[in-house]
Order: sequence, then C-alpha cells, then structure tokens
Amino acid sequence: MPTENDIERGTRLALYKSLLEIRLLEKRAYDLFLQNLVKGTSHLSLGQEAVAAGFAVAMRKDDFTFCTYRGHAHTLARGVSMAGLLGELMGRSCGLMQGKGGSMHLTSVEHGAMGSYAIVGAHLPVAAGAAWSAQYRGSGQVAVCFFGDGTANIGAFHEALNFAVVWKLPVVFVCENNLYMEYTPIRSVTAVEHPAADRAAAYGLPSVIVDGNDADAVYRIARSSIGKAREGAGPSLIEAKTYRTSGHSRADPGKYRPPGELDEWARRDPVALYRSRLLGQDFAEATLQELEKTVQRAVDEATETAKASAPASLDVIERDVWADGGASWRS
Amino acid sequence: MAELTYREAVAAGIAQEMERDERVVFLGEDVAAAGGVFKSTVGLLERFGPRRVRDTPISEQAIIGAAMGAAMTGLRPIAEIMFSDFFAVCWDMIANEIAKARYMTAGQMSLPLVIRTANGAGSRFGAQHSQSVENWAMAVPGLKVVAPSTPADVKGLLAAAVRDPDPVIFFEHKGLYATKGEVPDGELVDRLGTAKVLRRGDDVTLVALAAMVPRALAAASRLQEEHGISATVVDLRSLVPLDVPTLLAETAKTGRLYTVEENPRLCGWGAEIASIVAEEAFYDLDGPIVRITTPHVPLPAADALEDNAVPTVERIVQTVVRTAG
Repeated sequence: MPTENDIERGTRLALYKSLLEIRLLEKRAYDLFLQNLVKGTSHLSLGQEAVAAGFAVAMRKDDFTFCTYRGHAHTLARGVSMAGLLGELMGRSCGLMQGKGGSMHLTSVEHGAMGSYAIVGAHLPVAAGAAWSAQYRGSGQVAVCFFGDGTANIGAFHEALNFAVVWKLPVVFVCENNLYMEYTPIRSVTAVEHPAADRAAAYGLPSVIVDGNDADAVYRIARSSIGKAREGAGPSLIEAKTYRTSGHSRADPGKYRPPGELDEWARRDPVALYRSRLLGQDFAEATLQELEKTVQRAVDEATETAKASAPASLDVIERDVWADGGASWRS
Repeated sequence: MAELTYREAVAAGIAQEMERDERVVFLGEDVAAAGGVFKSTVGLLERFGPRRVRDTPISEQAIIGAAMGAAMTGLRPIAEIMFSDFFAVCWDMIANEIAKARYMTAGQMSLPLVIRTANGAGSRFGAQHSQSVENWAMAVPGLKVVAPSTPADVKGLLAAAVRDPDPVIFFEHKGLYATKGEVPDGELVDRLGTAKVLRRGDDVTLVALAAMVPRALAAASRLQEEHGISATVVDLRSLVPLDVPTLLAETAKTGRLYTVEENPRLCGWGAEIASIVAEEAFYDLDGPIVRITTPHVPLPAADALEDNAVPTVERIVQTVVRTAG
C-alpha cells in the first residue's frame, strides 16, 4: 500500500499547480463563452481536473497524450501555452492551430499532445498505433489515452483494447467515468456497472478503478501503469470515477442531474480536496496562496494576449491540406 | 525487364520500399503468414520478419487507427484493407481522422502512410465485395488517390505512395491481379498525379482508370478496325492529384471526351472530369462529354449480371459509335 509519503513534495506542488491551471483556465473559458468570445461548442473538465493532472505529472516529456473533444485539461496539462489554447477557442491567429481546429481538436505535437478527437472512440486505435511506433523504435515512450464512459460502448474501444493486448503495446487507456454519456446516465445504457473496468477481463486485463477526484490516487496509478508499459509489460485499462460539475457542453444546463448529486460531488471537489491535503502535510498557507496568485495571473495574461490577437487569418483556409503547405488537388 | 503479374508487382513494390527504409512497416488481415487473400503479399513475412510484417485481428478501425498513430510518430506504415468495401467500417479513421489531421493542426501533424485495398468487380463476390469506391476517397479533402492498371505502374506508384509525405489510398483492382506485364529491373519509383497517354487518335479521347484501361484499349482497337474511328486512350492512374493538363490537352486534340468508369453513375470520378473540361475547355469540345459508367445500382453477383453491369468493351464501342458521329 502506498504511504502518505510516497509522493515527493515537489511532485505534490506540481500536481496542485496543474489542478489550479486547469480549474482557472476552464473557468475562464466558460466566462469567455458568456461574453460570446468563444464561439461554437466547448466541453469543460470542471470537476475532473485530477485525472488530467495526475497522469500528466507522471508522464515523461516525450510520452504521448491522446484525448477527446473534452480535451482542454489534458492539452494544458502537457505544458501547452494558455494563450495558444484560449486563442484557439476564440478563433484567433495566436491559436495553437491558427483557428483551424477549435475547442474539440486541440493539438500540440511538440508537447506530446497528439490530438483531441471529436468522434467518440476514434483515438483509442490511434493511441495504440503511437504505442506500436514507440515499441518498434525502442524509444521507451508510452501513449496515454483518455476517454469518457460513453466510449466504452463503441466498437473502436473494443478493437483497440484487443489489438493493444495482443501486440503488448505500451499504452494506458484511461476512462474518465463522469456518470453521464452526454445527457444520459451511463448506467441506463450500459450492461455493466463499470463501463470500462468491467470489460477489462474480456481483454485479459485486470479491472482497475481509481478515485478520479483524488490527484494522489490518480498519480499513483498513473506512475505504476505508465511504468509497466515502459518496461514492456503491455497495456493497462483504468477507470477513474469522477464527475463533471458543468454541463456536457456549452449548450447543456445539466437538468438531468438528480437533486443533491451536484452538491454531494462538490464536497469532493478535487482542487479543494488537494489543497486541504497539502495543508495537512505542512505546506504553508502562504505557499499555496502564492501559487494560486501566480496561476491566476498567468490565466489573466493569456486571456489578454488572446483577446489582443487578430482573428484567424483568411490565408490559412487553403493551407496545410498537404505536406507542401498547399491545398491543390490538381497537378 | 522481368514479366510480373499485377499481384507480384504489389509484393515487389512493398519489398523495394521495406528494403530501403526501416521505417516502412506493413499490417493487415492475413497479410503475413498467409501472404494475403489475393496472394499479393507472399514472401514479405519471410523476408522482413514478424516485427515489420504483421497480421492483425479483423479490426479495420484498429488497423487504420494504428497506421495513423504510427505515421504521426515517425513510421511509414502500409496498411491493407482486404476489400475496399470494408472502408465503410473504418471510414471514420480514413475520412475524419487521417484526412483532416494535418489541416486541423495547421501542419503540425504529418501522416505519411499508405492504405492498400482490393477494389472493383470481376470475381462474382456480390455487392459487398466488388464495389469501386475510388470516388468515395476522391471526395474527401486530404487523401491522395491512386489506381494503377499495369504491373509496372503498381510497383512504381506504390513506391511513390510510400515515399509521399501525405496519406495515399492505393486501389488495386482485384480483376487485374492475374494480369501480366513487363516491369523494369532495379529500383522503380513513379510520380503521383501523372496520367499516361497509352494510344493516340484523332477522333475521340477515352479516359479510363484501373480495370477500365484495358477495356478502353480493346475498345479503341475495335473502333479503329470496325468503324474507322481513331481514339486516344488516357490512363488517369491517379485521381488526386489529378493530371488536369493532360486531360485538357488530350481532349482538345480530338474535341470529344468519354470517361470509362467502373464506379456507379452518380458523383463518379468522371463527373468531376466532365465538370473541369466543361469549365476550362468548353470551346475545344465538338460535342457533349459522354460518361460510360456502371449504372447506379449495387453490383449483382451472377457472372452474366456482373459482367454486363460494369462497362464492357462492347458498350464502350457502341456508345462511341452512337455518339461520335
């Protein structure tokens, strides 16, 4: 059993910083929707921050992250610039992808953030492929693939798990079970209680369930599963139980929640939970406050940078279809 | 020069590229130990080993997704989808993920990969194993689309596809696997986006692809011998990039354009060609552009039905005679 002291103090601060960055940036993204500065749709990870933070802190710089359209948190957690991220949400030229991807497709290859995939389940086979490449090249890299509970009912999930196990690939599949498949309770459309973990046995994998609101618990399972993959011992499947405290997307007020559910989960808020744990471990209140101020300042500065950036340039419409930089289909 | 079958040319092309570049890996259903259901990849496992030539489960999304993940992280995978009809079960991977990755990421992501597949009619397999779906691929921005008609073109264009920095859909025609042709010795690398003029005539221009190329050639011979009509035959070889200059030039020389297409009628590749020629070379035309296609039906299985659904030499000849006047 892990003890209270099995995580270095520096790592704990890194976890708290990552939690804060995600929380404050997602709140800012929400404010920017309300100001109509973010168009289209957006899927926030408010309430689910500990999954992204716990894994990202355990990853090596050259490991690969694959995530879904709910991907702001996972992308940010790899160290991507906040201004680039907010700029992409706002359709500005400073955006990570110059406005061509949008909220659901955040990608930063140089940070190992290998894409946010907006078709449910599509990225599980892709993550397996990146893991195959790492295995083939002997690079020691690991692919970590995040997905929602709803994904466990789509075909690509099952194809990818079987494939990854048979080829013994260095990939960690992480289900963020936030109890809702968009607007529908996952239990009402799934034959088993734990949509991912209960299927693990079918692919010769152990069933691993973790408290997804506890950054330490997530970090520990991340460390061991990534380590196992890196040593050549094959894939893992982890189900992190968590809760999104905002709607599925911008359009969703979350009216399907039973009374009291939101309050109950708010008491287990991952950021507040971690803060009080750090205080209990003799981290100074002043240290935490200083970190909180620093992160808030960074979010504010990124917001101003993104607001000041020009709208996406029309020049990019016919750019980068092909490796030659262009879009021509004729020779 | 060696005489190879079309299927031998597939294996020869893959082998040439695997020999040259360690990053080239090959995966698909029954491709390694069995050498492919069409025997087009025989000997590759023995030559390059199970690390580089890999059998997969029947999981088309996993095959194509794995190729994508491998390509974006430094490999140059060749993936086989046994029948092009099966694209329908992994079209998300091809059309939504692979085709769009470079564009959506503003050029951050490169996907140098090849998806090979057996396309087309002639084996009496029925509607789910005989389709010509090259027009599906042509309709999606971000995919290059190649469909060779001869063993030499198979080897050379496959090598070009593997070396290309963009995703290439490589349509082999299952009705051509047994055909033979001369293939130059030594390294062979062709160029994507180049049509070939196989025969020059004065009266009409026939533009064809894959298995329709030998039929267009046979029709051209009969038109000359039986009707005194002299035909140019253009083998398109590649739909994306499309060799528009050759198309326009060869249409202008005869003033009459015919497309010979195996895909079903609506939105077949010839429709795009007709549109380009009408827009850009209208005043070079001496008569309407005529499309000769499979009717807009799923393909039937019985030999007599399949043979007559797809454009036949007889139908090409009769259509030209009736309209070229």
